[in-house]
Amino acid sequence: MSASIKGKLINTRTLSDFHGGIHPNEMKSLSNLTPITKAAIPPKLILPLQQHIGKASQVIVEVGQHVLKGEKLADADGMISVALHAPTSGVIDNILDHPIAHPSGQTDLCIILTPDGKDEWCELDACEHYEHLSVIKIQSKVREAGVAGMGGAGFPTEVKLHPPHHDKVATLILNAVECEPYITADDRLMRERASEVVQGMEIMAYALQPGECLIGIEDNKPEAITALREAVKDTRIEICVIPTKYPSGGEKQLIKILTDKEVPSGKIPADIGVMCQNVGTAAAIYRAVRFGEPLISRVTTLTGEGIQQRGNVEVLLGTPIDWLLSQYGYQAEKTERLIMGGPMMGFTLNHANTPIVKTTNCILAPSANDLPLPPPAQACIRCGLCAEACPATLLPQQLYWFSRAQEYDKAEHHNLLDCIECGACSYVCPSSIPLVQYYRHAKGEIKQLKQDQQKSDQARERFEARQFRLEREQAEKDAKRKARAEAAAKAQAAKKAAEAAQPADVNQKTDSESPITDPVDTKKASIQAALERSQAKKSVQAIEIEVPDLDALKTAWDKTQSKLEKMHDALDNAKENNPEQVEKLTRAVEKNQMRVNQAKQAWEKASASQSLEAQPSIVPEAEKAPAPDIDALKTTFEKSLAKLEKMQDALNNAQPEQVEKLTRAVDKNKVRVQSAEQALKDAKQSIQDGEL
Amino acid sequence: MALLTLSSPHAKGPQRTSTMMRWVIAMTLPGLFMQTLFFGWGNLHNVLWCTLVAIACEAAVLKLRKRPIGFFLNDYSAVVTAVLLGIALPPFAPWWVSLVATSFAIIFAKHIYGGMGYNPFNPAMVGYALVLVSFPVAMTTNWATPLPLLEQPASLLDTLNIIWGQIPITDALTGATPLDTYKHEIAHSLSDTVLENPIFGAGFSLGWEWVNLAFLAGGLVLLALKVIPWQTPVGLLVGLAIPSLLLGSDADQTAPLVIHLLSGATMLAAFFIATDPVSSCTTTRGRLIYGFGIGLLTYIIRAYGSYPDAIAFSVLLMNFAAPLIDVYTQPRTYGYVDAKRGSKAKEKN
Amino acid sequence: MSVIVTAILALLGLAAVFGALLGFAAIRFKVEGNPIVDEIDGLLPQTQCGQCGHPGCRPYAESIADGGDINKCPPGGEATIQALAELLDVEATPLDSEHGEEIPKQVAVIREPECIGCTKCIQACPIDAILGSAKHMHTVIASECTGCDLCVEPCPVDCIDMVPVDQGLGAWHWSSPKDPKIIATDKIGSTVEGASLS
Repeated sequence: MSASIKGKLINTRTLSDFHGGIHPNEMKSLSNLTPITKAAIPPKLILPLQQHIGKASQVIVEVGQHVLKGEKLADADGMISVALHAPTSGVIDNILDHPIAHPSGQTDLCIILTPDGKDEWCELDACEHYEHLSVIKIQSKVREAGVAGMGGAGFPTEVKLHPPHHDKVATLILNAVECEPYITADDRLMRERASEVVQGMEIMAYALQPGECLIGIEDNKPEAITALREAVKDTRIEICVIPTKYPSGGEKQLIKILTDKEVPSGKIPADIGVMCQNVGTAAAIYRAVRFGEPLISRVTTLTGEGIQQRGNVEVLLGTPIDWLLSQYGYQAEKTERLIMGGPMMGFTLNHANTPIVKTTNCILAPSANDLPLPPPAQACIRCGLCAEACPATLLPQQLYWFSRAQEYDKAEHHNLLDCIECGACSYVCPSSIPLVQYYRHAKGEIKQLKQDQQKSDQARERFEARQFRLEREQAEKDAKRKARAEAAAKAQAAKKAAEAAQPADVNQKTDSESPITDPVDTKKASIQAALERSQAKKSVQAIEIEVPDLDALKTAWDKTQSKLEKMHDALDNAKENNPEQVEKLTRAVEKNQMRVNQAKQAWEKASASQSLEAQPSIVPEAEKAPAPDIDALKTTFEKSLAKLEKMQDALNNAQPEQVEKLTRAVDKNKVRVQSAEQALKDAKQSIQDGEL
Repeated sequence: MALLTLSSPHAKGPQRTSTMMRWVIAMTLPGLFMQTLFFGWGNLHNVLWCTLVAIACEAAVLKLRKRPIGFFLNDYSAVVTAVLLGIALPPFAPWWVSLVATSFAIIFAKHIYGGMGYNPFNPAMVGYALVLVSFPVAMTTNWATPLPLLEQPASLLDTLNIIWGQIPITDALTGATPLDTYKHEIAHSLSDTVLENPIFGAGFSLGWEWVNLAFLAGGLVLLALKVIPWQTPVGLLVGLAIPSLLLGSDADQTAPLVIHLLSGATMLAAFFIATDPVSSCTTTRGRLIYGFGIGLLTYIIRAYGSYPDAIAFSVLLMNFAAPLIDVYTQPRTYGYVDAKRGSKAKEKN
Repeated sequence: MSVIVTAILALLGLAAVFGALLGFAAIRFKVEGNPIVDEIDGLLPQTQCGQCGHPGCRPYAESIADGGDINKCPPGGEATIQALAELLDVEATPLDSEHGEEIPKQVAVIREPECIGCTKCIQACPIDAILGSAKHMHTVIASECTGCDLCVEPCPVDCIDMVPVDQGLGAWHWSSPKDPKIIATDKIGSTVEGASLS
């Protein structure tokens, strides 16, 4: 840069600086010497539904549908999401999982559009003067246009056009730093379309009403600075030229340089009254508001020695990278990698058939000369160069040791999560340790562990809530039973005292008046009623009657039968533990026997008449509900018991070396059996309660 | 098409560990030259002999540990250890003293702890301290008299014969170091009398000051090349200077500041030994403290201890403290009001 | 005599001073330790699946606290064993395959048209993550399901499937650079740390 230009770049503003930083080879002149060209329409466009941070867009078109250029293909889903539009007119060919540009090389849902070549625009909602629009209208226009941050992160822009709650935006910053080596997309954009960028920024300022508007730009772009200076005349926008240093373009670092404020850890710039937007985003906002054009193309740098015609191209979103590169003289043999983004923070592509998306600011095809492969990592010698380079003032070598040893709590304590993954530490590391990859892995693991922890805490809470509920129900039942038993005992005692001389049959009578009678009678009556109903229906709906009714009766019978069995069990139980209840239970059993017989009769009757069947729901719901419960438990119990027996057999016949294993298995199953038995007992108890 | 998948960053700076090590070795050469000029061939021989031993030990241990030998020898860390030992040992130290010091440094101080990058203590200083306490006679009686004071300096062949035990060393060739002399003589005479001893030359230490200045020059080049951080040497020199100015201002009691700074192994320690990154602190403030601690301890031992020089012990003692210092000198991370202190594990307990 | 007295007094003085120091340290640096069972329980995955042979995670935690094996939890897998080993300062042992293998995360899905509404699965679910009532279709709350598969066996019509959870792009993260134990190899260029050919 000549001295004369440098003289013109003097700031009026005092700049701050951030810790660390590096000065890699800029390599910008590889691609910033030629004007932006327009890429042709490819034979196929691949449009991922997730090109931004937040929820994926929701498809609103169908396969086979013909769409016009700019027509919406997918809608924003929720607040943090953006819409997706057709980059050209054509037919929706398919909607499927396709490899996308992602470091994992995984696939994601994409809309495949086959252009018809006409490039026919849909109707657009242009607007001469944005000042005539309400802020809300501008926000919705930006949202409808599907604008997402074009600097790399892809955060929905519309969200950033809302001032933070209860707060004003003090500083609106346009990030024109472009500190990554090789990338020149913003540089060329500013040189050639400075007025679009500035007007876009004015629209943002209109929506946000900030205290000041700053453009931060590195002093290695004198032409862009001149162009911007020209464009910002008569506006309140201030251009701040900052010294070239990587990563000045990091949002947090730029804020520190321009405002001397730091974004607190875990917060966002809006929390300290700062809003940062990218140059490309500003231009997209301008086009969205002025012409109603959605975001369907972007300026992307094609650079690296693997590409012959290096430069910046305006390319339709969804253009397959392999096709695009083939148009610009791609020499696959010269390069082993394709990098989306810059050499510091970009990621390598697994396949070249992935598409250009809203965040693709650069495709770098480096030769071994550009970016040699890293030599094998040596041991960390704690030289501390990484700590000197770290723009977040971390201790990268400590984080490295912790990440490697999977001591994630210590890594977190050393603020691993404040790492911005800028790569400065790996760049300066004399031992070529892939530090950033260690941090990324550790961060991913920490996130995963936190999620798992949250999930398990939730599960524990639910489990404990369930246990509590079951215990409470049990306790309530116990209390009720106790109360009833006491009441009954009292009544009996009173009666005995009063009518000591009365014969036994009176006692019997008293018993029959006890609570058991009522429900049983009611049930009996209802069964009777149901039978009668069914009988009545039988005659009317003779044709309609089918086998399931017979089944229903059979079920009713089975159920009563099983209930009876349970009661027998309960009786046995009582004989051992609770002699004074025996009599009562005996009677209850007899009553149930009657019910079983009734049910059996009903079924026999029904089955005897073969084609003439009863309707279902003979057994009232009240009676039925607990039945499956018991059945289920019983089945489980029986199953596990059977299993246990089997295992014990196996154990007896087992080879000596297997004995230990089997014993363990048997023990395990014993526990299962016990728990099943316990559950069964509990359930029986509850049935018994119902009956008493 | 198979594309290579790598994590960013894809660009790589020019600095390499082996380059840094080579620079360190290269920058010891001026000092080594001065040593040879003033004290004869002894140190040069020792450097070569120690290097030979170090490479042999390193290769043998790497083979035992089933590690790639060529790859690790290429990092030059073993050579650095050997060169530092060769420079630090007395010029006429018998061959077996150098052998024990070097092999212990490489095998025990370095590889037992896991090799390069894992050693908590400076290997060269571990080796030095070992022979200093094990063979005190060999380590104190073999310092060379500066050549300008000798009528007939030892020839290269004589030096070799002495070191390899072929001929006994003559008293004329050896003498106590200036620090040693001052320490012992100041007890019963005034500094003016003590300084009359020709080994103090023009009032500092004959020969030693040029050696130290040469190491200082080499160290400054390393600083300029960012091979070593500035905090450690500055901390060390300040740590040595402050007590010597405050407590030792009376030259009749203890050695004056110039002798502290320009005699003994001060500059070698400040720029080449204490700056060993593996065993020193890694935080910026930590390095200052670490260097200061070495300087202070060196002064204390030199002034009040029984050893005339104390670099090895001071460095080793501060190596112990380095991890703790690191934990308490973490920088304030971007976006935090205060720096964090201590370790998570500590909080837990 | 006075020497002995001095010595005793000195020792007593020292004892008093150090006693006071220790007492102060004990109060000042008192550790509010979690009961060990809570800490163990906190590390378990809380699937409540009972694969360990205990009726739930907490009983297992109690058994571990009593000195039981730490390798009986398949859902937690190696990670949990590691964490437990670290917490209890015991050696990490490989997962006891008797209790099952570590499998990818699963979630239960009811094939809803086939559900007869028997409520058996609802009762089997240890964390109430199945919704439904008698004679009505049931469904699993996928976000709550721990994949314990306790609901599969009771289902009389076998309409519950255990399907692996689709982790998706959101859960992907970078792998650790290869083999951190060996720093590098002699074969320069053939294995770049962390590199992989796709």
